[in-house]
Amino acid sequence: MNDTLLEVKNLRTYFHTFKGTVKAVDDVSFSVGRGEILAIVGESGGGKSVTGFSVIRLIEEPGVIESGEILFEGRDVMKLSEREVDRLRGKEISMIFQDPMTSLNPVYTIGRQIEESLLLHTKLNREERRAACIDLLRSVGISNPESRLKAYPHQFSGGMRQRVVIAIALAADPKLIIADEPTTALDVTIQAQILRLMADLVRAKNRSMILVTHDLAVVSEMADRINVMYCGKIVETGSARKVIDESAHPYTKGLIDSIPDLERDRKRLNTIKGIVPNMFELPEGCNFAPRCARATELCFGVEPEQREIGAGHFVACHFPLGGPAHEEEARS
Amino acid sequence: MTKLLEVTNLEQRFDLNTDFLSKLVFEKGRIVKRERIVKAVNGVSFSVGRREVFSIVGESGCGKSTVARTVVKLIEPKGGRICYDGRDITELSRTEMLPFRKRMQMIFQDPYASLNPRQRVADILVEPMLFHKIARSPEDAREKALEILNRVGIRPEQASRYPHQFSGGQRQRIGIARALAVEPEFIVADEPVSALDVSIQAQILNLLMDLKEEFSFSYLFIAHDLSVVKHISDNLAVMYLGRMVEKGSKAHIFGNPLHPYTLALFSAIPRISGTKMRTGRNLEGEIPSAIDLPPGCCFHTRCPKALPVCREVVPQEREIEPGHFVSCHLFA
Repeated sequence: MNDTLLEVKNLRTYFHTFKGTVKAVDDVSFSVGRGEILAIVGESGGGKSVTGFSVIRLIEEPGVIESGEILFEGRDVMKLSEREVDRLRGKEISMIFQDPMTSLNPVYTIGRQIEESLLLHTKLNREERRAACIDLLRSVGISNPESRLKAYPHQFSGGMRQRVVIAIALAADPKLIIADEPTTALDVTIQAQILRLMADLVRAKNRSMILVTHDLAVVSEMADRINVMYCGKIVETGSARKVIDESAHPYTKGLIDSIPDLERDRKRLNTIKGIVPNMFELPEGCNFAPRCARATELCFGVEPEQREIGAGHFVACHFPLGGPAHEEEARS
Repeated sequence: MTKLLEVTNLEQRFDLNTDFLSKLVFEKGRIVKRERIVKAVNGVSFSVGRREVFSIVGESGCGKSTVARTVVKLIEPKGGRICYDGRDITELSRTEMLPFRKRMQMIFQDPYASLNPRQRVADILVEPMLFHKIARSPEDAREKALEILNRVGIRPEQASRYPHQFSGGQRQRIGIARALAVEPEFIVADEPVSALDVSIQAQILNLLMDLKEEFSFSYLFIAHDLSVVKHISDNLAVMYLGRMVEKGSKAHIFGNPLHPYTLALFSAIPRISGTKMRTGRNLEGEIPSAIDLPPGCCFHTRCPKALPVCREVVPQEREIEPGHFVSCHLFA
């Protein structure tokens, strides 16, 4: 994808706590093209949400973005003043948070919360704003939008609230939407409705989205490209089908194999042994080595560099899976 | 051979009215009496055989957890009959229940909330052993506790730690160990893996299956994740708004799903293999409130195939093929 909207280079976000420094995001680089859905997947503590938040500099103490460039349409977000970033947030880049129960303000009406974004970022007058709010609610599939404007969040169910949150995120027509686990709190039938809605809205307007989630199945349904994160680093990145069907990193493969499959029966699930390491004491060499079945002495000593094993398919592993097959592909 | 657990026409209601005054509502200029009762479980029948895994699936609010808690009489049933090992336990008092408590144990969803934060891990296991007189002495109990902890993957030197020193997956192992401590024969597991990361989820599922083989347990397994349920169950039931809409063996439900809700649930699951969800048809609307249940079939408000009769008459359960039951007018 040559039409790049966002480019993140060597991003490092650290949390300095009294127990030590947590390298939540450690030297991460990626890009998002226009009209593209990029997914960031991984387990809890992998740094995927912090990566999402870092893009719009929503990192609070004790977290600090130590270094890196965040180029949004060529402008470095890191060099903007707080006021300038504020103008970017909501207007150019907006966020959808995980928990629809807490990301809406309980004491304001739905209408007022959607209107706030329009008031800040557009020049519409009062009537136009009201009409825009109604259109937005309708576009996210809320029936009877006129009468819903005066409702409060507690009068909505979880799925409906998440629709409202999406309506707010879309209000100023942003170019990039960062969705942090947007459907994790929802039931599966509601999740399907919301995911389809988000994909349609992104595609219809050629907007871009960063989808942060732990759910690989959701990712394979939604994303164009995938970044797999483990302990603050991107261990594998590539097109969605490549990463899932031809996973090269043992961690990616391990994640996929631990999901029970509806389509075939297995007596036992393959698991990744052990647990995610303590972020205060990351192992030497490859972070995944202590849990990896293929790890050798090299893995415990030297941290692997990211390298390209197929068109646009990068992996940070000394011994990627299916090596020869990938090399053949790269040649042909 | 009799079934281990037989539940017939189980009903559970929660009265939201705290006193008489809260039943009074001001409506159209008059004060009227309106009772707000959540009809959580409405006539559910099923049985669990020895060494069988019976699962209940459904979305949040369908009453699956309430069934689990009512079956072990953590909540007194409001109607129906519960027979355990041939004996009717529906009316038993708390003291009469005690011998049964030892035989049926529960594993809870949230490994953070279900362990006493002020008790050391070994003590969490020792206490029920002494209470149910499984062990002769505290020393004996401690020895047994260490053995069980070791079996679920907690090392002996970790046994004197407190729950907060463990990760979510390890806590769930402790929760499982506590259930094992009193040597039960029947385990009720209420969403035991839904709070865990996928790689840890797979470890816990394998552990539950291994323990079943080792100790010949029977499980009542509550889950919302169909792929987990498919992996673990022998038989299962699909619940919607307090009723079991479809019930049968794993082969019945996954090989030949019949109820429109079961079908909708299947089509809503994101799959690792592709993009079915985005293109497939999905349910519109949301789950109605359990306070005002719709008349007739509770699913008719969202059902794509609803007939006029569905709005008026509650469908009866029918056996479509041996052991496969469906409650739907389409199959009447």
